[in-house]
Amino acid sequence: MSATTLQAPGRDATMARALGRRRRGTDRAARLLATLATLVALGFLASILITLFYLGVPGLSLHMLHTVTKAPGAGGGLANAIVGSVVQAGLGTLIGTPIGLMVGTYLAEYSGRSVLGNAVRFVSDILLSAPSILIGLFIYQILVAPFGGFSGFAGAIALAILVIPIVVRTTEDMLRLIPVSLREAAIALGAPRWKTIVFICYRAALDGILTGILLAVARVAGETAPLLFTSLGNSDYSGLGSAMASLPVTIYQYAASAFDDWVQLAWTGALLITLGVLAINILARFFVRAR
Amino acid sequence: MREGNSSTMEQATNAASTARPAAQRAVPRAVDGPAKLSIRALDFYYGINKALKGINLDLPDRRVTGMIGPSGCGKSTLLRVLNRMYDLYPGQRAEGEVLMDGENILAAAIDLNALRSRIGMVFQKPTPFPMSIYDNIAFGVKLHERLNRADMDARVEWSLSRAALWTEVKDRLHTPAAGLSGGQQQRLCIARTIATRPEIILLDEPTSALDPISTLKIEELIDELKQDFTIAIVTHNMQQAARCADQVAFFYLGELVEVGQAADIFTSPKQRKTQDYVTGRFG
Repeated sequence: MSATTLQAPGRDATMARALGRRRRGTDRAARLLATLATLVALGFLASILITLFYLGVPGLSLHMLHTVTKAPGAGGGLANAIVGSVVQAGLGTLIGTPIGLMVGTYLAEYSGRSVLGNAVRFVSDILLSAPSILIGLFIYQILVAPFGGFSGFAGAIALAILVIPIVVRTTEDMLRLIPVSLREAAIALGAPRWKTIVFICYRAALDGILTGILLAVARVAGETAPLLFTSLGNSDYSGLGSAMASLPVTIYQYAASAFDDWVQLAWTGALLITLGVLAINILARFFVRAR
Repeated sequence: MREGNSSTMEQATNAASTARPAAQRAVPRAVDGPAKLSIRALDFYYGINKALKGINLDLPDRRVTGMIGPSGCGKSTLLRVLNRMYDLYPGQRAEGEVLMDGENILAAAIDLNALRSRIGMVFQKPTPFPMSIYDNIAFGVKLHERLNRADMDARVEWSLSRAALWTEVKDRLHTPAAGLSGGQQQRLCIARTIATRPEIILLDEPTSALDPISTLKIEELIDELKQDFTIAIVTHNMQQAARCADQVAFFYLGELVEVGQAADIFTSPKQRKTQDYVTGRFG
């Protein structure tokens, strides 16, 4: 420390006022742009939802919920498509979740900064954004063509492949959020690594991981492309071993048809998927908030 | 049993010290009685950074050893050596010996989980697990013992009572531990540690995140616990060291400058550095 005191720098009041005006101007412009962008985005979303409800609600009926798809004019419903969607999305989630969970755990807890860890993370991120029709073609090659036919099982596997990278990402992110001190506390008690992960880390990250799984379900419930080459569609209830109906594929087929009752069913089916996905998202929010 | 162990350890100590230069030979001994843990010529590295230099120190059995010194002097590092916490992080390594009842716990063959059940640790910030109060205690116990329901209930009550928390939580054992106050959470962490019945408890600034009343409770607790456990406490609070510790060790820049009875360290330290630190001239 030197003994001489430094002269405090002078303050130019005019300049300060001018800078303040400019900052306020920039702030107003930025706020305006952000608001406009939000309105545009919400506008599209509202337009879709309003159209969906306007055209979909008239087709809602109990009859539609428990009758299978039929020829045009024969009074068909969507029961087999709903069941097929629930079965394929459910099985896909059931298969994809444990794999995604374990890969995410490997990335967060074991891989560190290893080359393998970075490679796995990179591949998983690519898979996350891969066009889903490619997944469909891939499963067609390994599970449909060699076994001589389309099947609900192949559809479920295709959806499982979509589930994996979503669960990997959320699991890794959520596990990384857990403070080191919590892990160390468990290890200081003499807990082996795996018990620390399963009983402490998973529990601490449970809400986030569940949210990730629910978001994955929501994502695959609306997927059409991976099912086109795998489960194909079916006009009746069917087992996993044969071609299986699903809501997205039925919508895809019906929406472009020339028959009014099919088009109506397509709108109603689209509404059902949207409501289902909405319900799952609300459930996911609920888990996050329950924390 | 205890006598036998300590005499073998004494021999090991003597053998080790004759092999070393005279400056390191004299192992500071402020308090009478057998040593539970003997640290000999301990060096510790974070990568290439040497954080502890030639530490020789005994933790006397069922006494409290206070560790003081400015931030970064290596006292927390020393605690993390004693339960091998540093093993979690590649690049950190220790050289030298830490003898517990004559056994070198730095040896590669040591079962770390068993070691950590014998040497418990409580951290600076309370770290309740995301589960009920009861399960927080039971988690650690279940790692090392199989108890039936009644025995587990008894163990939970015993450890919470020892940690002076039982009366405050006995009616809400099955509510989340996160709902406790900071001071209660820290006492829960102490209860969780003693529930596994360790022989040594390491306390790393256990009261630095707590208010004065909670701090007082924990200090009283430490006094209670030393009847059964050997305790090492790192603290930045000189009064706390004076109140709680039987023996105080002063660390500076990775070296053990002085160790002595608490009263001596604070009233008549032998080293100039110690005097400067305890009188607040630096640190």
